[in-house]
Amino acid sequence: MSTVTPNANAASSEAIRQVPDAQGRFGQFGGRYVPETLTRALEELTQEYAKAKQDPDFQAELNELLHRFVGRPSPLYHAARLSKQLGGAQIWLKREDLNHTGAHKINNTLGQALLTLRMKKTRVIAETGAGQHGVASATACAHFGLPCVVYMGAEDVRRQKPNVFSMRLMGAEVRPVESGSRTLRDAVNEAMRDWMSSVEHTHYIIGSVIGPHPFPMMVRDFQSVIGRECREQCLSSFGKLPDTIVACVGGGSNAAGMFYPFVEDRSVRMVGVEAGGRGAAPGDHASPLTYGFPGVLHGSYSYVMQDEDGQTSDVHSMSAGLDYPGVGPEHSYWKDASRVEYTSCRDDEALGAFDFLARNEGILTALETCHAVAKATEIAKTMSPDQHLVICLSGRGDKDAAELARLRGQEW
Amino acid sequence: MTAIDDLFSRLKASGKKALMPFITAGDPNLPFTAKVLSRLQELGCSMAEVGIPYSDPIADGPVIQASYTRALANKVKLDHIFHQIADTKRSLSMPLVSMVSYAIIHRHGPARYIEAAKDAGFSGAIVPDLLVEESAQFAKLCREHDFNLVQLVTPTTPQDRALKIAEQSSGFLYFVSVTGITGERTQLPDGLVDRVGWLRERTKLPICIGFGISKPEHVRLLSPVCDGLIVGSAIVRCLEKANESEANAIASASELVSSLLAALDS
Ligand SMILES: Cc1ncc(COP(=O)(O)O)c(C=O)c1O
Repeated sequence: MSTVTPNANAASSEAIRQVPDAQGRFGQFGGRYVPETLTRALEELTQEYAKAKQDPDFQAELNELLHRFVGRPSPLYHAARLSKQLGGAQIWLKREDLNHTGAHKINNTLGQALLTLRMKKTRVIAETGAGQHGVASATACAHFGLPCVVYMGAEDVRRQKPNVFSMRLMGAEVRPVESGSRTLRDAVNEAMRDWMSSVEHTHYIIGSVIGPHPFPMMVRDFQSVIGRECREQCLSSFGKLPDTIVACVGGGSNAAGMFYPFVEDRSVRMVGVEAGGRGAAPGDHASPLTYGFPGVLHGSYSYVMQDEDGQTSDVHSMSAGLDYPGVGPEHSYWKDASRVEYTSCRDDEALGAFDFLARNEGILTALETCHAVAKATEIAKTMSPDQHLVICLSGRGDKDAAELARLRGQEW
Repeated sequence: MTAIDDLFSRLKASGKKALMPFITAGDPNLPFTAKVLSRLQELGCSMAEVGIPYSDPIADGPVIQASYTRALANKVKLDHIFHQIADTKRSLSMPLVSMVSYAIIHRHGPARYIEAAKDAGFSGAIVPDLLVEESAQFAKLCREHDFNLVQLVTPTTPQDRALKIAEQSSGFLYFVSVTGITGERTQLPDGLVDRVGWLRERTKLPICIGFGISKPEHVRLLSPVCDGLIVGSAIVRCLEKANESEANAIASASELVSSLLAALDS
């Protein structure tokens, strides 16, 4: 695990929350690097989203769904036994794993499905890695009666089988992607290609804060319900803001949703944890913020793992949802502004955290989320018992049971 | 004035149209790419588009994707491509334009990319993922280097936007025939001729149509309203078995190109 340095030179700009600009730029990051064919749909989406954001009916409908269909607000749970075991900060878990469908992804798909209807589009496509966004898209589409096609890398179809089955049960068509590394990055490519042909009647529900403007901003906004609730819950549970917040970063949507409502609270230290895989060597990890450089991938300018020619590098993580060479542009912006610290956590450390949380708290956590848990337990130990650390518990671990057994050579 | 500008003014003066094949650099190796380019010129193509292989081409269908994958599997690098093109270009009079993702240009540095491409003998670049809104800086660099930046118009582009894109484009305007990715189509969309015709009356820039074009009847239908036709997947498909027999691959591509050229002249 690479070391985390204290957040000393936090960005001075008061405007850190006022991003992106009209071109979708978070500082120098973001923008729109896509074929001309998609421009009109992206413009339409930008305009429709801007209208919806101001529309009390839209907000009311979404809030009602989040409340009665998803079960929000998700609890902020005091992991007292865990905290005691570690002997450091009080650890609080923001339980996105208790949402309907078992992860934060549903916060975004319901919002985008409502927009799909507003735009009078009649078909939805999505990409998925861990399958959580695929399940959340299939769920939203079943709820609204929209046909849904989910692209998923063939390797991920294998390692996240329970989610593939769930998607099909809800009527979605799952299309395995055999090209490239057969993971999330290839699933995004295929979804974009589908959209190139179907853009006039299809909406592409991107599952993280990645892609061309307005997706990084819009997905952040839909996920910000996590941080808004968390802020209030901290104040009501322990009377102040948390000292530290930790979240895992794949594309970065659970982290962005958690962090965004706190970016102006300079006292709150925020840590994003990327997938460290097998180690620091190229190809062994999926940590563009830790090891990569700014470049272009999937429609935006952000940190990315690329070779010296600009070809996207192969990456590795045991967790399908973090196994991605890029990251959302707002995270690149927060990194360069020193507002959020980014670090990475190896596969074996994340597996250790899975067991630790399972045995000490009775919670099976998604392998993605385990990266945040591992890092958070390390940080908590350096803090005092009167301090508070929040972990964004982005998803539940049921989907990973078979893969965990395989990784450990056990029977399932 | 680039070699592309020059080509289109000559073609215009003689009332002719361009056939512009697309091939992937380094599929399956660079010496083969050089042979194909020479053959295309021999057959009578006016210029050629050279695809720089990219790992994540969003606008490309299965045929061109697979050709990029073959080239990258053989570890073709941008430097090698420029080297080979520089060598080949000495015996080639037709202009070349590179088709390249902005991911690659950004990584090399825009100015460095333009200089190296120009040194190699390219007259311009088509950058399919660089929208007109994002292209101001790169377009300025291209102008300063007398290097064409070819912009694209698609069926989803509103008319006022198409005019703005035409204003920003240089060398020619790439008119994408279909809403979709590259790949042969049996039928081109209704209304294509009219849409190109509308733009034809409003810009002086040469207009070349691409995506889906694979048959002599496409060429006969479209050549009256445009200045050139771009043929990609159909040719790349002919070349995809080159590692089994180069001669057969070149023969099959030649047959296709000859039939399209014949349709262009008829
Ligand atoms: C439970 C869970 N957490 C985190 C992620 C990573 O995505 P993001 O970084 O967008 O939150 C995923 C993605 O599949 C996930 O399923």
